[in-house]
Amino acid sequence: MGWIALKMLVGDRAKFLGIVMGLTFAALLITQQGSIFCGLMLRTCGQVSDITGADLWVMDPTVRYIDDVKPMLESNLYRVRGVEGVLWAVPLYKGQARVKISPEVARGRRAAVIEQVILLGLDDSSLIGAPPPYRVLAGNLRDLRLPDAVFVDSERLAKLYPSEDWTRVKKEGKTFYRRFLRRQLEMNDHRAVIVGVCEATRTFQTNPVVYTTYTRAKNYAPQERKILSFVLAGTEPGVSPKVVADRIRAQTGLGAHTASDFAWMTINYYARYTGIPINFGITCFLGFLVGTAIAGQTFYNFTIENIKQFGALKAMGVTNVRIVGMILLQALVVGLLGYGIGVGLAALFGWATQGGELAYFTPWLLLPITACSIVFICVLSSLLSVQRVIRLEPAIVFR
Amino acid sequence: MRVAEERRAPAAVATTGDEAGVEVAVRIRGLGKHFGTGEQRVQALRSIDWDVFTGQLTMIVGPSGCGKTTLLSVIAGILDGDEGEVSIFGEPLDRMSDRARTRFRATNIGFVFQQYNLLPALTAAENAAIPLVIAGWRRDQAVRRASEVLASIGMGKKLANLPSQLSGGQMQRVAIARALVHEPRLLVCDEPTAALDHETGQTVMQLLRDAAVRPDRAVIVVTHDNRVFQFGERIAHMDDGRIVRLEQRAASKPSLSDFSPLL
Repeated sequence: MGWIALKMLVGDRAKFLGIVMGLTFAALLITQQGSIFCGLMLRTCGQVSDITGADLWVMDPTVRYIDDVKPMLESNLYRVRGVEGVLWAVPLYKGQARVKISPEVARGRRAAVIEQVILLGLDDSSLIGAPPPYRVLAGNLRDLRLPDAVFVDSERLAKLYPSEDWTRVKKEGKTFYRRFLRRQLEMNDHRAVIVGVCEATRTFQTNPVVYTTYTRAKNYAPQERKILSFVLAGTEPGVSPKVVADRIRAQTGLGAHTASDFAWMTINYYARYTGIPINFGITCFLGFLVGTAIAGQTFYNFTIENIKQFGALKAMGVTNVRIVGMILLQALVVGLLGYGIGVGLAALFGWATQGGELAYFTPWLLLPITACSIVFICVLSSLLSVQRVIRLEPAIVFR
Repeated sequence: MRVAEERRAPAAVATTGDEAGVEVAVRIRGLGKHFGTGEQRVQALRSIDWDVFTGQLTMIVGPSGCGKTTLLSVIAGILDGDEGEVSIFGEPLDRMSDRARTRFRATNIGFVFQQYNLLPALTAAENAAIPLVIAGWRRDQAVRRASEVLASIGMGKKLANLPSQLSGGQMQRVAIARALVHEPRLLVCDEPTAALDHETGQTVMQLLRDAAVRPDRAVIVVTHDNRVFQFGERIAHMDDGRIVRLEQRAASKPSLSDFSPLL
């Protein structure tokens, strides 16, 4: 009976397309909005994931997320190094600085460019936390040890140099960024020289990221008594980072988290206090609702319009179980089609907007979530239709 | 109440199941059926006793609302009676579970509906194959067999046509093929000519009698179209939920070729 159900389904092309389009719309909206939400949330913790190589992040115990910097005494670095299981520990400065680019340098602009930047001060000797070599677009990481040297991130470089012809990036690729090398900046009345350009995950605050050494960061940062933002630590082989984090917490009273835990802390903070999930949740829910309304009602109407045919089949000896099977098969087919096309369109959307301003990330978990939503819509509309068909007296065919 | 049979037809025809080769297909005793309750209550069938025999085309006729379609629905096992007994080929319908009755219908009963009830998305051959598919045949085998049946009733050139590409008469022929393809022992037809013009109706009735009536099969046709009464060998006249008169007649047998332009 399966082929009969499928032929009945595709027989009325307008209705068939209507159902599939409704489900496609729902799947597209759920996946697309979910991906934008995930992309946005990932940006909140972009700096945690960008700083690689450390097993643990140690911080003031009241820190709630990456941008909630509460400076510590530098002596805490040594306390962390003294904890059993810690292989190494290095300082990390993270703060806001103001970059000024003089008019003659800012090509053609009469006024100086002044921009807030996120300043990251890396351990002078190990440069732990620096972008990995594959993310360096111009320059050499070793040059960070040169006097006044800084790396800037490529994503927000346009904010510092708005007069550049940024349309050439696509054409010239990496070589485009070489022109920024050896250009000078001014931070807190101190000279800085760009020695490299690297990729960095776009931050939630949209400010450019400037990498330098920890010692130099102290000069660029506003005067403060405490300057140590985080301690990055590596653990001894064979020792669980979580166990070492527990020891650090117990022995120093500081907060200590694995990189992934800290990333989730950051995401959870933004999710809880910014209302972003509610806004996106409403959009996703509306997509779900509209999809349910369109697909559900069309599918229901489709079944109801075929009620006499189902009645005839029942009269001819088709059992309720087989009728239900036919309707579920129809729902499954339109569900799969709607899901496939919707998710495909969402992926196409993500591909078309990649590298742009839009935060877009589709985690694998979003796909089963979308699938479950579509299944729910299909099952709901099927159940509404099915109960009408099950209750249907086959004698209807004689009326 | 058992209605006495009135012999009007000139030729003597068997009226009981005692005659060789003829058996009782449908036995009804004390059948009653009502719809609604209170003031809305309508008694559709009243204490009907009746037998239908194989090898005959039996008609149920009467004015609108007299209960003929209700009687046909109960005989076909798609509606329960309130009282009395109905058995088909000795199988008591009222004692069967819903599932068993559904299975019984699939195997033993063929249906011809007034509005054809063909599935619009299926071709003529596929529509005619439905009872075989219900019985578990493979699609290709079922369609092949249905095509043979359709060809035998002059629809061989329309096998791949959708119902929307067929005339009313052709659709009813497909419906007849669908009703016969699984070789049921009982064929029930509800107003098979009501949606057709006179000539096409005559052709369809002729086809029914030629193709459907067999010694081991009973054919019951509900109709209010007195122009096709001539095809009935036994006619049950109903009024107000009762069979008020049974008429036995030798049906005229015009040739199918008389209606060939319509096929």
